[in-house]
Formats: sequence, C-alpha cells, structure tokens
Amino acid sequence: MDLRSPVLRPPEGRSWHKHTIIGKTVIVSLIVIATNVIGNYALKRGLSQIGGVESWSPMPYIHAFLHPWVGIGVIFMFAWLTSRLSLLSWADLTYVLPVTSFSYVLSAIIGAIYLNEQVSNLHWAGISLITVGILLVVLTYPETTDEHGPLTDSDHENRMIE
Amino acid sequence: MIGLLVTLVVVPGAIGDLLNSAGMKRHGEITDWSPLGLLRLSRDLLHNFYIMASIPAMAISFFALMALLSASDLSFAVPITASSYILETALAKYYLKERVDWRRWVGTTLVAIGIACLSI
Repeated sequence: MDLRSPVLRPPEGRSWHKHTIIGKTVIVSLIVIATNVIGNYALKRGLSQIGGVESWSPMPYIHAFLHPWVGIGVIFMFAWLTSRLSLLSWADLTYVLPVTSFSYVLSAIIGAIYLNEQVSNLHWAGISLITVGILLVVLTYPETTDEHGPLTDSDHENRMIE
Repeated sequence: MIGLLVTLVVVPGAIGDLLNSAGMKRHGEITDWSPLGLLRLSRDLLHNFYIMASIPAMAISFFALMALLSASDLSFAVPITASSYILETALAKYYLKERVDWRRWVGTTLVAIGIACLSI
C-alpha cells in the first residue's frame, strides 16, 4: 500500500475544492453525531419509563412509539438516518464510521450526567482512545471513491471543471 | 439473550451500512432538503436496489438495538454495537474499493478499542 498515494489528498492548487468537501463533511458529521446522541438518549429515557420491550412481537414496539420520549427518539433517529445517508453519498464509509463514533463519547457523558450511569477511569481511557482515533481519521481525505469505484487525480480534475 | 441481541445489532448493521454506502454513491449527493425534495429523494431511493436491500438489515439492527437498550445500560448497549467497525472497514476496502491508509486503520482500531473500554 502506497501511504503517499495522491488519491488520499486533493490535487495541488485546488484548495477551495478541498475546503468545500472537508467543510461540508465536518458540518454534516456534527449533525449526524448530535441527532444520534439525542435520539439514543430519548429512546433510553422513554424505554426505561415504559419498562422494556424485550419481545419478538412487533406490538410492544408499536405501542412504545406512542410514548413521548420514544416518539422524540424515533424522530431524531430518522434525522440521524437521513443526514448519515447524505454524508455517505460522498464520504467514505471508512471515514464516516470512526468520525461519527464521537456520538459514543457523548452518549457515555450524557448517560453519566442525566441517567446517573457510572463513568469509570477505564471509560475515560476509552473516551481518550476514541478521540485520538477520530483525530487520526480526520487527517485523511474523506472522499476516495464514487459510484464508479476509486477516484483518481483526473476524476478530481473533471469534478472541479464541472 | 444479550449476546443474541448484540449479534442481531452488529451483523445486519454492518451489511446495511455497506449497502447504504454503495446505494448512496450511486444516487449522488442530496442537494434539495425541501419537503418536495425529500419526497423525490424517497421515490428515488425506493428504486435504488442497494438502499432497498439495506432496509431489512437496518430494521433488524434497529429493533434489536431497541430491545438491547431496554435490557441493558445505555453505556453498554451503544458502545458494544461498534464492535463491527474493523469488520466494516475491511469489507469497505475490498467491496467498496475505498482507499484505507494506515491512519484509517489505526484510527478505526483505536476507536474500536476505546468503545470496548466504554462497554466494560
């Protein structure tokens, strides 16, 4: 594997294109993270109040949707799904997965603050590892493929001409 | 029961992610966020084989996550589902032909280890 592959960075002298891709990737990633955290928190809160829906029948799940917190959770999870689909339309799955995992860090912190769940030293170590991992992935260029496969330098040039 | 629920969250979730990514690359970027635009998006996605194939996988994963959330702590249920990250990275490299350099491998591995720490 060539670690200096030009495909992993935008062509020289085209910084505006680079900034556009990276800028919109950061903004949509933040939306994906926020909607995921809020959705999970609302679902957990609602399901805790209902008392659980551990069943193979769909009826308890449908009944659970009527609970306000579960309803809010489902709405935010729909927003999460839509924003994530949008992000995946240009960004690599191998970029989106680790970067949006910051939601796990936020979920752990929110669980500790609002749901009185314990955050141990090991949890803090995990939070640190996730953060370092995300920082490493953020250093890579988010888009290396399209519908035809891997992007080359000429693909980047053609897109900028368009 | 918890182990089965975790498997039902992780495996169909990984397959659904791969199909979603392939489908959205073929669809292209979403540019119209108006209600009419979202309706058109829904119509387009209904005709997208990859997206349609991902729906059953994602549905199984979602309902298993709901059951898992009701049976365990949020700080366990959410992080444990990230155990598929390395598997998904390998699948994306070989099936989606994504360029995965050392920073993505190391970063994803650190994230997976970090998530495992969170779930203990």
